[in-house]
Amino acid sequence: MASIKRTVEVSLSTSGLDAEGRPQRVPLVTDESGSPVPLEAPPALEPELSGDHMLINIGPQHPATHGVLRLVLELDGETVVRCIPHVGYLHCGFEKIGEYRQYNQIIPWTDREDYLNSPGNNVAFALGAERLFGIEITERCKVLRVMACELSRIISHLVWLGTTCIDIGAFTPFLWAFQERENVYELLENWIGARLTTTLTRVGGMGADIPDGWLDKLTAFTKHFPKTIDEIDRVVTRNGIWVGRCVGLGVMSPEEAVNYGLSGPMLRASGVAYDVRKDFPYLDYETYDFDVPVGTNGDVYDRYLIRMEELRQSTRILEQTIKRLPDGPVNIDDHRVILPPKSKATSDMESMIHHFKQVMEGPRPPAGEAYVVVESPKGEKGYYMVSDGSSKPVRWRIRPPSFVNLSAIPKMVEGHLLSDVIAINASIDIVMGEIDR
Amino acid sequence: MSNGFTPVHAGGALASDAPAPATLKNVPNRGGAVNPSAAALKEHVGDAVKRVDVVCGETTVVVDRARVHDAIQWLHDDPAQRYDYLSDVTAVEFRDDERPIEVVWHLRSLPYRRFIRVKVLLERGSTLEVPTVWDIYRAANWLERECYDMFGIRFAGHPDLRRILMWEQYREGYPLRKDFPLRGRFSRSEQLRQALAANPEARYSMEELSIADAYEDLPTEMKRRLKAGEKTGE
Repeated sequence: MASIKRTVEVSLSTSGLDAEGRPQRVPLVTDESGSPVPLEAPPALEPELSGDHMLINIGPQHPATHGVLRLVLELDGETVVRCIPHVGYLHCGFEKIGEYRQYNQIIPWTDREDYLNSPGNNVAFALGAERLFGIEITERCKVLRVMACELSRIISHLVWLGTTCIDIGAFTPFLWAFQERENVYELLENWIGARLTTTLTRVGGMGADIPDGWLDKLTAFTKHFPKTIDEIDRVVTRNGIWVGRCVGLGVMSPEEAVNYGLSGPMLRASGVAYDVRKDFPYLDYETYDFDVPVGTNGDVYDRYLIRMEELRQSTRILEQTIKRLPDGPVNIDDHRVILPPKSKATSDMESMIHHFKQVMEGPRPPAGEAYVVVESPKGEKGYYMVSDGSSKPVRWRIRPPSFVNLSAIPKMVEGHLLSDVIAINASIDIVMGEIDR
Repeated sequence: MSNGFTPVHAGGALASDAPAPATLKNVPNRGGAVNPSAAALKEHVGDAVKRVDVVCGETTVVVDRARVHDAIQWLHDDPAQRYDYLSDVTAVEFRDDERPIEVVWHLRSLPYRRFIRVKVLLERGSTLEVPTVWDIYRAANWLERECYDMFGIRFAGHPDLRRILMWEQYREGYPLRKDFPLRGRFSRSEQLRQALAANPEARYSMEELSIADAYEDLPTEMKRRLKAGEKTGE
């Protein structure tokens, strides 16, 4: 029997960025001389196949729609001619309810809209309310919030990675990603007591300081997490099926991406280097050393590469936060806004009054409005708050990045095959809780 | 890179005189540095700019309803402004029922790293209609639909202005208006009755039904309305 010679590649250099700070693209196929063969988009369908158009309905109950999204597709053979998305099946009126709640009472609602990014949403809402109140938070609080934001970015990207792998036909990375996600949830559970709906922040501070020994656990996480990323990278990034199903799909040019209001990895995959953390920084992000990966082709594959690189960059930021976390108070020293310790409420008259006033009436910001955006894992997440001087906002508006990103889906899927709709939809990284609110 | 593509905007390299972006600190509630685009806009559209406020460090320009499309178009096109990114479109209704309803556009200039808020005040009793900016920013498509859905503000010129979060047959009104009660207009039992009585076929809009295989089987009434160009299903 003739022996077949197989070669196993041992040195994969997929972990770095190139000189311009973009994720490196590794050639999948090489010719005899070893030079890369460019990957091309799949050829368009033969025009002869066209016939009667068919209406097909994907969702609202379909695992590949990542929630209760419904896509009505007009198909010509297997090619999508028109796509009409329907959202709203999960609409719960968060914004309306927010008008009847005090500022701190809204924070639990922010957990539940983009539920993969709860700590990040809590931070964003608190930042908005603090701008309205005119509060400067403490240095320790800022660093803790950066930790929360980056941990939630890791959670969100891992869920995206796992579910997208499932959608495209790879099962194993899903288990690896969710194992790591479990580790992050354990960290959050140790910190605040909750895993998914964290309600981590308060206006003017945090719900809790980190417990003793927590930083060691975080350090251990930042040590082993990149290894998992490298493993997933090794299995997925140059996998022939993966590349074949991702490259050249759902392309958005940079001008289109900006015009359609895309944000986050969707926008950066198209080559627009816009990251709120760099361009409109908050929480002193300008003092952290991290790179913003930017793609070139704006297709599903670039979005994947960017999210993979962001996982590494988030780990890098986490390492810096561990080094710089200062001692000192977490909450501001103004008990008109933030509750005094519970132990003092029963022994100190003034603390008790503060407790009573805050719980019954709530802190009142001056009249005004604030629009604070943060870089959520999905993109530019904004909270717009309008106050008329009472303890409840007149208007609380969520600017949902997935909502705007999803609105470009007809543009992205039209002309592609039905099976590509699943890959493109997965690449948007939608969370219906945020879209429908 | 291999294909020689350069990013549209690489870290604000265009504005060489602009300071490096930094976290805003000690933002006053009123007053502070005004976005220079506000003055430039005033110069361009004149008295269509009714007021310029700086609230919480963010510049707000209140523009006349009739000229708002011109103003946003100019902000988008002018090479010294380049507000190329529409962040949000929404509306605000105050608890004071004398105060006008505000329609708010949040615009961002990615090259110059600027942010501006454009507002139109819709006086009580006037028709709730503003021009669409869909022709300038495609991002406005769903954002304007949502604003229409929640507030009943019509965006004149929008190509597909129909409800988005609420279903198309929803008849209770506009949920984010202050006269809309938190629990809805109807009792729970009535809401349940309506939900159970809903026609599942109506979950497809007229536009979708027009491409369905079953088009020939549709009731004549529906076909007639389809031919008349009606878009919403009922």
